[in-house]
Amino acid sequence: MNNSKHSFAVLVVGAGPAGIAAACCAAECGARVGLVDKNARPGGQIWRGEWQDSRVAEAGNWLRNLAAARVEILPAMEVFAQQCAGRLAAESLDGVTELSYKKLILCTGARERFLPFPGWTLPSVLGAGGLQALVESGLAIAGKRVVVAGSGPLLLAVAAHLSEHGAEVRLIAEQTPWARLIRFGLALPFHRQKISQALQLRKQLSGIAYKAGCWVMAAEGNGRVESVTLHAGNKTWKEPCDYLACGFHLTANTELAVLLGCEVRAGLVRVGDFQESSIPGIYCAGEPTGIGGVELSIVEGQIAGFAAAGQCERARKYFGERKHLRGFSAALGTAFALRDELRLLADAETIVCRCEDVKLGRLRRYSSWREAKLQTRCGMGPCQGRICGPAMEFLLGWKVESSRPPIFPVQVASLAAATCAE
Amino acid sequence: MPEGISVTVNGTRMSVAENTTVLAAVLASGTAMVRRSVSGEPRGALCGIGVCFECRVTVNSQRHRRSCQILCGQGMDIRTDE
Repeated sequence: MNNSKHSFAVLVVGAGPAGIAAACCAAECGARVGLVDKNARPGGQIWRGEWQDSRVAEAGNWLRNLAAARVEILPAMEVFAQQCAGRLAAESLDGVTELSYKKLILCTGARERFLPFPGWTLPSVLGAGGLQALVESGLAIAGKRVVVAGSGPLLLAVAAHLSEHGAEVRLIAEQTPWARLIRFGLALPFHRQKISQALQLRKQLSGIAYKAGCWVMAAEGNGRVESVTLHAGNKTWKEPCDYLACGFHLTANTELAVLLGCEVRAGLVRVGDFQESSIPGIYCAGEPTGIGGVELSIVEGQIAGFAAAGQCERARKYFGERKHLRGFSAALGTAFALRDELRLLADAETIVCRCEDVKLGRLRRYSSWREAKLQTRCGMGPCQGRICGPAMEFLLGWKVESSRPPIFPVQVASLAAATCAE
Repeated sequence: MPEGISVTVNGTRMSVAENTTVLAAVLASGTAMVRRSVSGEPRGALCGIGVCFECRVTVNSQRHRRSCQILCGQGMDIRTDE
């Protein structure tokens, strides 16, 4: 195995919008900057594919900035452990890379939140963003019947993307009731950019039914999903489909922040004015500090990048914009809060932990995740609780207590290389 | 048109476009199931972004590779969990 070492004044983890902005700004100040990302190309989940064929102007601009900036990009590399203070270990196909830093900026993004319901483990039931990612990476979706369900603005973007690729989107089922969506819509006039995005989506979605206050109760099929049972108002019906794309808004990736000892409250990394976490010299920007979308991520990334490079005055210029965008983020959280009925979907026989096949009925015998883990291995499989953790938090009120290295499963040789580095 | 990349999925040769992930190739081969769970249930991909580990397959004899995170390479031998 091939092991290499890099040393940076500012190291950024995650090359989505926040990480790209942070890296560009820090580099602009003359700092030696590294940007490590688990994907082969920068852009994160939201700007996937933009490096190739840029369709979002802002993505194109930032990716060009990044290409021109003095930033060392370390792609296809996943940070999995801290070797000692100021040094992380990352794994790639080539081996382990040691990444030393003076200042660290965590831009680890978010993932979809999944909720268990009968049949959610059937093949062809995917996340909403999950199915979009799959289509972007080569899955032919033309002519396939898709139900898009769950919660959050992502559902609209996914439905638009799938129908553009020829899918027959049968329905978008949003669990949030109309009344809350309307209140959210009324808050939008203060966010002009968001309105123009919404109008554009509406155009792409003409002809697709959008039902609010509607959710999936179960998925059925033999070896793969063949239909879903939907519920809205006092109606319950079956909708035949080839795919169910179902995600319930987003949940922040805080594992690395937790591992490094940063304070996390209510699932979000706590940061100060300059995006600095509770650990001096470790900053955090984007979704891990609060689910707020691309614009807020970019602004937070800029603040973190300038601040980490020691140029706090330049960082300060973005405070006003950040405040404005955080208002949108708060409205988003309120609008797409999960309804109580969703807690009743999973029954005793529904699998909650997909790695270890632990059913809800078994989990209910215990009072905490720690106890359930010891008895059932729930959350101890390869995803390390990333999928079942948020579900158990919603269903059972259990919290993730800690994050242990390696924060991703790695080769045994990588673990050895990472621990004997001193 | 760029020339296709040739891979085998469970022994069957197929051609895929450039920048196709191993997962997309597996699904294109006609199966929705990518692996069997610890209790034997059929499973497919869930998150599509390398987090859930549901899409693990064997690539060139290396087991437990996340198929959504790997691009198809010329001559790649892909096997799903039978």
